[in-house]
Amino acid sequence: MLLRAGDIGVLLAGGGIVVALAVFAWGGGRGDTVVIRAAGQVVETAALTHPQRFAVDGPLGTTRIEIEPGRARVAADPSPRQLCVKQGWLTQSGQAALCLPNQVSLEIRGHASAYDTLGY
Amino acid sequence: MTHSAIDLPVTADDRRIARLAAMAIGLTLAEAAIPSPIPGVKPGLANIVVLLVLLQHGWRAAVWVSGLRVLAGSLLLGSLFAPGFWLSAAGALASLAVLALARHLPARAFGPVSLSVLAAWGHIGGQLALAGAWLLPGAALIKLLPVFAAAALVFGAVNGVIVARLLAVPEADRRTPP
Repeated sequence: MLLRAGDIGVLLAGGGIVVALAVFAWGGGRGDTVVIRAAGQVVETAALTHPQRFAVDGPLGTTRIEIEPGRARVAADPSPRQLCVKQGWLTQSGQAALCLPNQVSLEIRGHASAYDTLGY
Repeated sequence: MTHSAIDLPVTADDRRIARLAAMAIGLTLAEAAIPSPIPGVKPGLANIVVLLVLLQHGWRAAVWVSGLRVLAGSLLLGSLFAPGFWLSAAGALASLAVLALARHLPARAFGPVSLSVLAAWGHIGGQLALAGAWLLPGAALIKLLPVFAAAALVFGAVNGVIVARLLAVPEADRRTPP
């Protein structure tokens, strides 16, 4: 007998512990609010609870921001390289999408902030 | 000039421990050549030998084999008293401590696989405890914990199955020198 009854128990318990550790170590960072800035000034703080859309004006034009329960993204932006749009949906606390040419930024905040501050 | 001969009596036990420790050291060296995606995630093949020794010759012999393996293995790899050596020693120590308790589990229900998984967790636990306290204080080791725990579970289970297979081979069929 390679596996005995207790062995299967140990393996199952072990799998459970690994999953619990993963949730504990990695899962705590989901954000619940989004902070939108234009030219460094906070223009909007919204909860990630219900679908919302914002349009923020910058030097190049209008940045469209889309919020859904639990996530947010830059839907459209006039910047030439579209970096902040290509980042897609942001979910974790501390994640940010920066549309630098248009001076608009999107930052996800959670209960426990992963960083005190971020300098760009 | 005096001729004095220092007589070191060698018992059969000593020879057996030396032979088994040599096997464990060989596996340690072979394993060091295997590339690993994450430092610290290793199959821990030498633990197969330690576990076999524990089950066949008792805990004292397992402590000897494990200790000799850490010492001579790091000597051969050139990492004696380097941080890696201390991590290895802390892991082996914690693993042996876990085995000292776990070997009293009822053998009918808990076989080599259980012991191997628990020992693997002891190993990684000891290493991470030392790393967290001494080498990387304040680093987010907690973020790596699930990776190490999952690796220990998988490799521990595989090693345990290997031990169970080896134990299942009848004594007469083993190629052990007398």
